[in-house]
Amino acid sequence: MTSRSSAALAACAALSLIPSVAQAHGFVGDRFFPATILTDDPFVADEMSLPTFTVNPTGPDGSKEIDLGVDISKRLTPDIGITISNQWEHLKPSGMPSATGLGTLNTELDWQFFKNDPHEATALVGINSSWAHTGRVQALGADDFTTLSPLLNYGKGFGDLPDSVPWLRPFAITGNLSVDFPTKTQSAGNPNPNNFNYGFAFEYSLPYLQQNVKDIGLGEPFKWMIPLVEMSYSTALNRGQAGQTIGTVQPGVIWSGQYMQIGAEAIIPVTRQAGHGYGGVVQVHFYLDDIFPNSFGRPIFGD
Amino acid sequence: MKRILALTALLAAALPVAQALAHAFLDRAVPAVGSTIPAVPKQVQMFFTQGIEPSFSGATLTGPDERAIATGAAIFDPQNPMQMVLTLPPLAPGHYKVHWHVVSVDTHRTEGSFSFDVRP
Repeated sequence: MTSRSSAALAACAALSLIPSVAQAHGFVGDRFFPATILTDDPFVADEMSLPTFTVNPTGPDGSKEIDLGVDISKRLTPDIGITISNQWEHLKPSGMPSATGLGTLNTELDWQFFKNDPHEATALVGINSSWAHTGRVQALGADDFTTLSPLLNYGKGFGDLPDSVPWLRPFAITGNLSVDFPTKTQSAGNPNPNNFNYGFAFEYSLPYLQQNVKDIGLGEPFKWMIPLVEMSYSTALNRGQAGQTIGTVQPGVIWSGQYMQIGAEAIIPVTRQAGHGYGGVVQVHFYLDDIFPNSFGRPIFGD
Repeated sequence: MKRILALTALLAAALPVAQALAHAFLDRAVPAVGSTIPAVPKQVQMFFTQGIEPSFSGATLTGPDERAIATGAAIFDPQNPMQMVLTLPPLAPGHYKVHWHVVSVDTHRTEGSFSFDVRP
């Protein structure tokens, strides 16, 4: 950590804020939405994923890739937040020497514009930017162009279902929609199409079951587990690649504690362009608002 | 990669320091969440995962017709800051729902609800 960042952290810690009621990460009414690994979250938060360790399925060209990622999210106001993410990549192309280095830097600005507590529903709009020449372009295939992607993320818990269907009430869904607008139409002779991206996470919250529906006597660590299935697709829209889709499905589980969560998912390619075989991802995710409730874990303005 | 591991270790080391501070979740309740009980309870006990602020915490009760039922004020035990007790008036058999809201000692707000049935 540099002396400058240490000083910034110390300054944040020194801010002794007047106590006020805080709402944070994925709470909407009775529902707690965990931070999902593949699907963008429908809320702004003070959180950090560190690390996200991914062993990718074998690529369609036979390449193998391992990633070690980090992302940090910070609320500017209670409803507006930013996220910065990047990852270290180790790529082993088939029949060629391996390469390592940073991938493309991503930033995102989000506005959580909708929240309905009784119906456990929330949504945000934002814009994601992946920045040109922030990773190893030639060795790792990092982007030599900037891509802007307006996005819509949403979440809905089903706790508002009637008591006559109690076992369905712990279900929740989150999802995201976005469109990529690359600032270059081609790179090294390859087209950079506009892509339509869409993904979902289907969650069954055992904490919700235990706390809001029926105490079935779950003990540690199961009463804090959320089994889920995530899926993500990206379909090219133009430039000779229209209709080509990359898609993966990731079944797994997230354990959510007081200060952090740990998630583990298998990665299953479901389209030819997504590769073959299986991969896996493990993520450690910290709730900064709980770890630093009176300083770094609060919005910078308006709380 | 060393920086990532070092930062992870730093955050993990910070966790015990912040042990008393976090969102408060309902750990268990008496009567139990979703239970059916043979006798009318005199109170509902709620136990949370963190200490709660009495000034900003409370609970209400609705009855079989979803109408609010007057209860006593929530009671907090200074010796056990993770507990809240709602005293109940005499109840008839039926379906009841408890709506709780708490603010943990680090000012984070959480809320929830659960039902119990009193057997005729």
